[in-house]
Amino acid sequence: MALRVPRSASIAVGKAARTLTRLRGGSGSAFPGLVVERIDPSFLARTLAQLPKGVVVVSGTNGKTTTTKMVVELLRGQGLKVLTNRSGSNFTRGVVASLLGEISLTGRLEADIAVLELDEAHAVHFVRAVRPRHSLLLNVMRDQLDRFGEIDTTAGMLRSIAQTTTEGVVLNREDSRVAGIAESLSGQQVRYFGLVPELRRHFPSDDELHSAITPDAGSAGGETPPRSGPAQPTTTPEGDGVPDGEEPVEPPGTGIISADSAGLPEADVLLTGLGTQRGSFRIGEQEVTTDLKVNGAYNTYNAAAALALVRMVLGEELDHQALLRTLAQVSPAFGRGESLTVAGAPVDLVLVKNPAGFRLGLSSFSADGVATMIAINDNYADGRDMSWLWDVSFDSLAAEGVAMVSGVRAYDMALRLSYDQVSIQAVEPDLKTALEAFLAAQPGQPKRIFCTYTAMLALRKHLAAYTDVEAFA
Amino acid sequence: MSSRSTQQIHVVQLYPRDMNIYGDYGNALVLQRRIAWYGYEPVMHSYDPGDEFPAHADILIGGGGQDSGQDRIQQDLLSIGERLHSLAEAGTPMLMICGLYQLFGHYFETRQGRRIQGIGLLDVTTYGTDTRLIGNVVAESDQFGQIIGYENHSGQTYLGDDAQPLARVVTGEGNNEQDPHEGARHRNVLGSYLHGSLLPKNPAVADFLIAAAVQQKFGDSLGDLQAPDTAPVSLTELTEKARRSAASRPR
Repeated sequence: MALRVPRSASIAVGKAARTLTRLRGGSGSAFPGLVVERIDPSFLARTLAQLPKGVVVVSGTNGKTTTTKMVVELLRGQGLKVLTNRSGSNFTRGVVASLLGEISLTGRLEADIAVLELDEAHAVHFVRAVRPRHSLLLNVMRDQLDRFGEIDTTAGMLRSIAQTTTEGVVLNREDSRVAGIAESLSGQQVRYFGLVPELRRHFPSDDELHSAITPDAGSAGGETPPRSGPAQPTTTPEGDGVPDGEEPVEPPGTGIISADSAGLPEADVLLTGLGTQRGSFRIGEQEVTTDLKVNGAYNTYNAAAALALVRMVLGEELDHQALLRTLAQVSPAFGRGESLTVAGAPVDLVLVKNPAGFRLGLSSFSADGVATMIAINDNYADGRDMSWLWDVSFDSLAAEGVAMVSGVRAYDMALRLSYDQVSIQAVEPDLKTALEAFLAAQPGQPKRIFCTYTAMLALRKHLAAYTDVEAFA
Repeated sequence: MSSRSTQQIHVVQLYPRDMNIYGDYGNALVLQRRIAWYGYEPVMHSYDPGDEFPAHADILIGGGGQDSGQDRIQQDLLSIGERLHSLAEAGTPMLMICGLYQLFGHYFETRQGRRIQGIGLLDVTTYGTDTRLIGNVVAESDQFGQIIGYENHSGQTYLGDDAQPLARVVTGEGNNEQDPHEGARHRNVLGSYLHGSLLPKNPAVADFLIAAAVQQKFGDSLGDLQAPDTAPVSLTELTEKARRSAASRPR
């Protein structure tokens, strides 16, 4: 028999835990949530049930954090009070922790809607407790297979999120595993976001990964030229690693990218063009080209996803002009193309956590004139398996080389680069030592650090000694 | 050395489209580079279902895939089974990881009792389970020394009388939860559960495959590896350090 704890008691306990964690210098994210989850497991469902516009869940392998941030800002631009788990602590506990900050001791939640970013596996757990009114499912890519086992398993998790959703689901039309979820739904409204065919080559899927990275198969090896040219001298996403004419071969039933739009459902929001910090969209019937603060092909496509979701949530209430004004102002999320300034030179932090994300990170930002550091950890949150590094081509770094390789698995990364014949100036597993040497060696030069999740947390902490780093909390 | 540069070694990747989702491409890349660094000319081939089988096949490699990928290639694999048997009996070196290791055995029996027929080139059988064996693996082999990799499989494999284990597991599970075996060997055909990719951190295995191929094709023994200097320390030292850090990590 579970002990029934009065709601105000669990809120007070949680708030106290949150304050204590903050005082100790922690991020204040997961621990207080854990405390409340243990003593009052139905806290989440009861509290979220008050929201007039319900709960929105955003899930998928890549782009959750940026997309969630966009959805939140777009909704706020419509005048809504939005609750979110913006710390990137996308586990149920993180959601509870976020709620605690927004709730009065009597249990009143001052918000219209909750937009929650959830890891696929945790989303399944979450939707059992709280049925979302709307959900947005982005993609299924190879990530953390050491946790989930197989891509098809991950797709199954997204399917159960969609099936639990009460009103409407937004799906990525270009990801056949995600688009296919529609077939298992009845009753829910289904809408899609998509790409025009010309842009599909910017988004290589894991399924056609191999055909994209071995154009030299069958030719003489040895001193083969790089598999793709060095990145183009612009910051447009044109310099990606997929050469023209390398149209992916689609294995039956699993190809993410289809060759044409024939047979694909109509997309409510379509990404029609990419430029440097610009994007063109077809939103409903309307063609729109707008400046963007987010950069790179993948962030721009995430904007299409966010637009489709907001259109579904608000329906007739939507203020289209306000939507476009906010869209132009949305900034990238923590670590997703975040730029800091150290001693007058820009330092970009790019989070990489799976092959598709690393490939997109390399192709979205030119390496020209930039000093590159790569930091790879293998803690639980990063994924323990290093195999994924071998599914990324590093040829785009060959021209400039890599200035520093760091992290717990620095030598795995160094080995990976060596087999792509990319030169390395230094290898230093210790992140702090490596960062100091990297910053000192190339003063004034723009820098970019590709890092896994826990490496990024550590690097941001050390970077705070040099510059203002927005608190990660 | 100069005469060798026109000597070609053909590497055939089996089913890279469907059986390549866990980074096993690294094995192909390592062979391609090391063959060149030993002074030969690597020629890389991909073989997918329905393709014409390459006329030259000096080394064959294959990787892991999802259950759905395994289903898609199985019929085609059976159709080239005889050819693979004769290549193996002629001493052609092969390395099959995870999913293709399983299908190089007699069969894979699913939890529901359905048997997916393999080509029986290795005397092993595999049974689907509800337990997924996931994590870092360290194993010991008499021939290759310490073998380091990462396993991620729910099928568990048992050796028959005619298969030798590739290695004995020190950390992790390997073939199954019952015995300490990891992988299997028949002539120059190696099967293993280890991703990582396997060959980058286990160059002894890569060099075994290359040495067997050049011995068989040209009667040569391997010379010195001429890897370019692209890092502050040699490739050998980088490899050794990567092995040491991998072996020290939690499961």
